[in-house]
Amino acid sequence: MLDGGRQEPMTTREIRLDIVRAVRIGLLGGIVFLYLTLVGLVGAFSERPLISGFISLGQTLLLLSMLGVGYVTARLLGNPSAKSAAPQGRAIFMSSLAGFISGGILAMLVIIGQRIDVRDVFVNATTELYQILTFGRGLPGVWLLPIVSGVAAGISAAASRLPGKIRSPIVWGLASVAFFGLFSSLFRTILTGISPGLSPFARLFFAPGEGLTPGGAAVFLIFAAGAAASRRLGGQTRVAKAIRSKVAANPRLRWLGYALLVLVALLLPQVSGPFLSQVLALVGLYVLMGLGLNITLGFAGLFDLGFVAFFAIGAYTMGLLTSYGPQGLVHISFWVAAPIAMLVAMLGGLFLGMPVLGIRGDYLAIATLGFGEIARIVVGSDFLAPWLGGSQGIIGIQKPCVGRLGPFVAEGVPRDCFGLELVGPQSMYYVVVAGVVVAALVAWRLREGRLGRAWMGIREDEDVAEALGVNLVGTKLLAYSLGAGFAGLSGGIFAVLVGSIFDSSMQLFVSINVVALLIVGGMGSLPGVFVGSLFLIGLPELLREFSEYRLLFYGLALIVMMQAKPEGLWPSATVRRELHAGEEPTAMSEAGANPA
Amino acid sequence: MPLLASNNVTKRFGGLVALSSLDFEIEKNAIASIIGPNGAGKTTFFNCIAGFYPVDEGEIVFDGHPIHHLRPDRISHLGISRTYQNIRLFANMTALENILVGLHGELRSTWIGSVLRTPGTQREEETSHEEARRILRFAGLQGRGDSLAKNLSYGDQRRVEIARALATKPTLLLLDEPTAGMNPFETEGMIAYIRRLRDELGITILLIEHQMRVVMEISERISVLDYGGKIAEGSPDQIQRDVRVIEAYLGRGSAEQVLEESVDAHPRGASTATFDG
Repeated sequence: MLDGGRQEPMTTREIRLDIVRAVRIGLLGGIVFLYLTLVGLVGAFSERPLISGFISLGQTLLLLSMLGVGYVTARLLGNPSAKSAAPQGRAIFMSSLAGFISGGILAMLVIIGQRIDVRDVFVNATTELYQILTFGRGLPGVWLLPIVSGVAAGISAAASRLPGKIRSPIVWGLASVAFFGLFSSLFRTILTGISPGLSPFARLFFAPGEGLTPGGAAVFLIFAAGAAASRRLGGQTRVAKAIRSKVAANPRLRWLGYALLVLVALLLPQVSGPFLSQVLALVGLYVLMGLGLNITLGFAGLFDLGFVAFFAIGAYTMGLLTSYGPQGLVHISFWVAAPIAMLVAMLGGLFLGMPVLGIRGDYLAIATLGFGEIARIVVGSDFLAPWLGGSQGIIGIQKPCVGRLGPFVAEGVPRDCFGLELVGPQSMYYVVVAGVVVAALVAWRLREGRLGRAWMGIREDEDVAEALGVNLVGTKLLAYSLGAGFAGLSGGIFAVLVGSIFDSSMQLFVSINVVALLIVGGMGSLPGVFVGSLFLIGLPELLREFSEYRLLFYGLALIVMMQAKPEGLWPSATVRRELHAGEEPTAMSEAGANPA
Repeated sequence: MPLLASNNVTKRFGGLVALSSLDFEIEKNAIASIIGPNGAGKTTFFNCIAGFYPVDEGEIVFDGHPIHHLRPDRISHLGISRTYQNIRLFANMTALENILVGLHGELRSTWIGSVLRTPGTQREEETSHEEARRILRFAGLQGRGDSLAKNLSYGDQRRVEIARALATKPTLLLLDEPTAGMNPFETEGMIAYIRRLRDELGITILLIEHQMRVVMEISERISVLDYGGKIAEGSPDQIQRDVRVIEAYLGRGSAEQVLEESVDAHPRGASTATFDG
């Protein structure tokens, strides 16, 4: 950039090329804008303020898209270090042009929409939407949209060329405002849950209802930007590095960290109230299933798209064993029924594993896809309705009781619990956590042992593994049945948590969820299961506005993951290296010295 | 009694006869080679021995047991181990883990033992890790144990693959082109290494090899395959003079000429000539 003056005078050809590019991106951006508004995202999100009285989530979404158009244009015109890069001023101008065009296309929608009623085709093209797009001014304000879009894109292009130490605080500051704004009600609930005395404090930052107060937004912006700036300037890195190396060197400190994490996990439902506990319990159930599929798919590489079948087996076993409704069989306690549900699911895994033993890869995915559907149709069938309830499901599932459980009295009457009955999600959460802890421990120990290595060998190359003495039949069946066992436990706890189960809960989508969370978290990685569940299950539950667009975001998230980080958010190899770093410093340094 | 004998083994792929009535024997403690032009059926024969392919006719007897109907893992337990023409390491596992998978058949611990961390399992894990490290050291790979297999150099990958095969405690080791793609220096190291396997560990070695210099230097006995049948067998000197062998490689007519040249050349000279380049 400094030697911009010495460069050859830019030819008209170059400029024309850049204009063509900018127009192309502008048109594409316009299509994206149209899509986002017409599927109703902007309209739906506009009801939720990000900063109260200042900017709504819908406006943020549009603004983000505009910034995106600017960023993409600036990137496409070349980064400053490249030889053929457009000079700074031109890049910003072209980005503004692209943004202007995109905004213009959206403005066209408003103009057309005012004359012709397009609601027959586009249900979401409402008058409210036009109000949002014209900043509340109606048709006379329509010219604002392209201008705002152009300015935003230009700013974004300029920012993308700023040096990192200036850009990073800005990005972090804005991102933290967006984050806290998005989850404002969550944080407010937690703050007031910790102590009611904190509620005036919470009111300072979080507006009533949803969103941040302008003051709170400023505080978060300044704080995050300051933290990022100081990190960039190297003030904090030395301290952070020292802490990190100390933790790595001392396993006791690491355990302290884990203990702290567990403590937070245990206290969370107490401060967060029943809604968040319900969400967390659901996340936990998916973690449990994820840990199961992580054995089958992550460790042994055996695709299973019908994982919901084992969830169903576990849930229905639990229902039959503990329900006081018409379908209840033996009325035993949850604590006895849970291991039985697990065992039955394991048997199910064994039986379903046998016919697909010889099938590999993609074919396996298709073959197992059928299992989940079969399970759903079987439990909902009229033929089995006298036993499994058909579409009426199994109701009246006895809650777990810590203490003595009274005798069974009559159908429809829950058994008395002499002790602590775990009724609400806040107490059931602990049952889920206990299950997850046990499952994670089992999975971790299995992976470290002889069987885990055999699974990984099968995943990598099953012919070679067999030639090395690994019995494929037994090893694969163990992978199926142990994975199924975790899913069965998850289903059993789910049945108790909800208190009733229906065939409609056993959707194909459950299986897809579990596979997707493994992909997002990182195949074969235990922490990845937790991260993936929080991301794919927890997030959509918390952002209720998203629920309608859940699949859209799913697809987007998966595509972005595959493009940007195919190994997952928390891949297993790094984890393994981390685990080994403390144990074998010499071997590691030697290996590090030979990066062949 | 030979350690491994195939009697009348035939293997067809549809209309293609990959092996036709192949008789082959290898004595205990020998180093023997199978050579032949591309597509002669060498690797198919290895796959039949290792149990990857069922044979259509005939039988393969190892150490007194017929093995041609056994699964690969059973054959591995009996004491046959192999490497592959194109390296087939578990790429995303470390070198040590690769070897530990090779030890799988030697270990007794169950999954319940692993979950409960029983003292027996713990002890076995420790000894197996020690054993794996010992095998790594024997292969000259100390310090590489924690590298992912895919990050190792080509020569090291070949060594890890052999080390992994050794972990199954074989009495017969099948090496499929162990020096393929190696430079002369690495090849020399590999030849010495293969000798050590036989001399120090007492493992019988059968190899497929294309580099004639390696074959002639290391083998005590050479069998030549062509079109799935054995066309010659004997000591390196006998094979070098065998007209049918030269014909199989170079075609009729060239045989006379080559024969004269190979008689002139010193049998263990610096020449790196190979029959098929």
